[in-house]
Amino acid sequence: MSTAAATPEPSATPAPAPAPEQRPDGRFAVLHRVAQGELGSLRVLIGLVVIWAIFAIANERFLTATNLVNLSLQIAATGMISIGVVLVLLLGEIDLSVAIVSGLCAAIMAVLVEQHGWAAAPGIAAAIAAGAAIGVFQGGVVVRFGIPSFVVTLAGLIGWQGALLLVLGSTGTVNITNPAIVELAGKFFTGATAWIIAAAVVAAFALSSLDARRRRLRAGLVAATPVVVAVRVAAVAILSFGVVAILDEDRGLPLALVILIAFVVVFDYIVRRTRFGRHVLAVGGNAEAARRAGIRVNRVRVIVFMLASVLAACGGILGASRLLAVNQSSGGSDLLLLAIAGPVIAGTSLFGGRGTVWSALLGGLVIGSISNGMDLLALPSSTKFMVTGAVLLAAVVVDAAARQRRQSAGRV
Amino acid sequence: MSATEHSASDGREPLLALRGIVKRFGAVQALGGVDFDVRPGEVVGLVGDNGAGKSTLVKVMSGIYLPDAGEYRFDGAVRHVRGPGDATALGVATVYQDLALCDNLDVVANLFVGRETASGGLGGWLRALDEPAMEQQSAELLQTLTVRLPSVRQEVGLLSGGQRQSVAIARSLIGEAKVVLLDEPTAALGVQQTAQVLALIKRLREQGLAVVVISHNLADVFEVVDRIFVLRLGRRAGVFEVGATSHEEVVAAITGAEFGRGGDGAGQPSSAEAAR
Repeated sequence: MSTAAATPEPSATPAPAPAPEQRPDGRFAVLHRVAQGELGSLRVLIGLVVIWAIFAIANERFLTATNLVNLSLQIAATGMISIGVVLVLLLGEIDLSVAIVSGLCAAIMAVLVEQHGWAAAPGIAAAIAAGAAIGVFQGGVVVRFGIPSFVVTLAGLIGWQGALLLVLGSTGTVNITNPAIVELAGKFFTGATAWIIAAAVVAAFALSSLDARRRRLRAGLVAATPVVVAVRVAAVAILSFGVVAILDEDRGLPLALVILIAFVVVFDYIVRRTRFGRHVLAVGGNAEAARRAGIRVNRVRVIVFMLASVLAACGGILGASRLLAVNQSSGGSDLLLLAIAGPVIAGTSLFGGRGTVWSALLGGLVIGSISNGMDLLALPSSTKFMVTGAVLLAAVVVDAAARQRRQSAGRV
Repeated sequence: MSATEHSASDGREPLLALRGIVKRFGAVQALGGVDFDVRPGEVVGLVGDNGAGKSTLVKVMSGIYLPDAGEYRFDGAVRHVRGPGDATALGVATVYQDLALCDNLDVVANLFVGRETASGGLGGWLRALDEPAMEQQSAELLQTLTVRLPSVRQEVGLLSGGQRQSVAIARSLIGEAKVVLLDEPTAALGVQQTAQVLALIKRLREQGLAVVVISHNLADVFEVVDRIFVLRLGRRAGVFEVGATSHEEVVAAITGAEFGRGGDGAGQPSSAEAAR
């Protein structure tokens, strides 16, 4: 099927023009994309199940409610940073400074709130504003001087590290005691509240699916059948209620996870459903074509770098809330590697133009599960680093192989 | 196109007319006072050897180059075209040889890139795309042009060369184009796909568009165009009605050989073509 559809030779016999009902419907297109190995989400879901099965067999505590609550708290900060990484990767660029920017912005918030007596809200706003300024600066240098983003953000990686040390001052660490900030990663929804949140998610998904279907039908297009819509809504319902049911056995549904998923949903909408998102994908696919089509390519680039740093700042704030402190190693260690590896493992291409915001969450889950599982097994750091590196390499190889396949399948 | 129809188009005012266009690059004169025009419902072939000034002339039409002298007339009035945006606003669409498609996006997204239909949303850049409207318009447009694709939701990178060319040409019609400039539309295409694209060009003419085709392939030019405009060394070397000329006559104009020297005139250019 995939060969027949991938290299459609123009038929010699003049076939009738394709009437709308003759076009492959949604299910067919999905099968098609799976066959081409391009539906990264499904591939990574299978991978996730395998990883969970392995760790569940190796250690009975892995799939317990307590550990899954821990896991969701562990991936919140990284996943948030990864959303920004996805945006930059979609553009065909890279931002190596996201992890250290998350540390720097968290430090700015911590110092303002804990040492200068600011309230939580203005402190958080200042951290986000600092992130925006950093992103605009880095993006501006990239477009103004035409330097590869890899180099500009590598300079940022080193430079912002210095700024972090400067902000933290002589003590080198700031403890977080502000209750509002502590709550970000310390609050859990339990019982009725958690179930209402899950029900609201399902209802919103059902309503938007029905609305999309209604609009397609009104335009005279093929739309998902009621059965398909029902199956999708049921899947989302099982997932949402299942997550709440499991997490509620322990401390409950973490606010941090709710925040992360809300950000994923919003940015997924921006990428797939707005003009701005379409322009990001167009620039990532073919920047010259985008420029000729009238898209202000440089402005798109600067905005995306700004968003990446803002999301890094948000991730840094979540991380500081979870660890109850900001110190000189905030944003360091393997945070950068994990934040970039996650989306790539979950199918976002390093070559630009292909990927989804959901890959930030899915990839974060995969990387987080591996890391969490190896911690439970008390494996040494040497093994952990090598396994994580191998997983990243495998993901990049899959990405590059998919790209080669596309290139040989396209352009006859 | 029959001769009667053509003489009718002769009576019509040119839609796009260039008068006395001069373009210099330093000491090199790429265009030395060229007159050119194309009428609605007419396909003009722009031919010439390498360095004859074809690309320069097309870039003047599409607003990329500003001429050093001469007039740019559109719909009977002199226009000041200062950039590609001005030409696009007049209704002059260019399909570049590299097609300028985004391989990662589907057909609908490519047709509308840069001028997406939006509805609702937060306004400005965060306006929500109206996918059903764009998909419907895409399907209608492709049906009018009888362009056959597996699906309008197919990723463009997975289409064949002829289909990609068809998408690139169809895209120029999304923005109410009146003049379509096609740069080497059949280069790098196989026989069957070339036939597809030539058929599409004929349909553009049926829709009343003015079409300019730049091509090295005289066989294609003779099949699809009404008039052949020959450039040689930056000047007009002749304009030929397709019904009233021969390959040899056009080739002679391209190479500057005297027409009528029989075998010589025909042999020399084909070796020039081969050398290319």
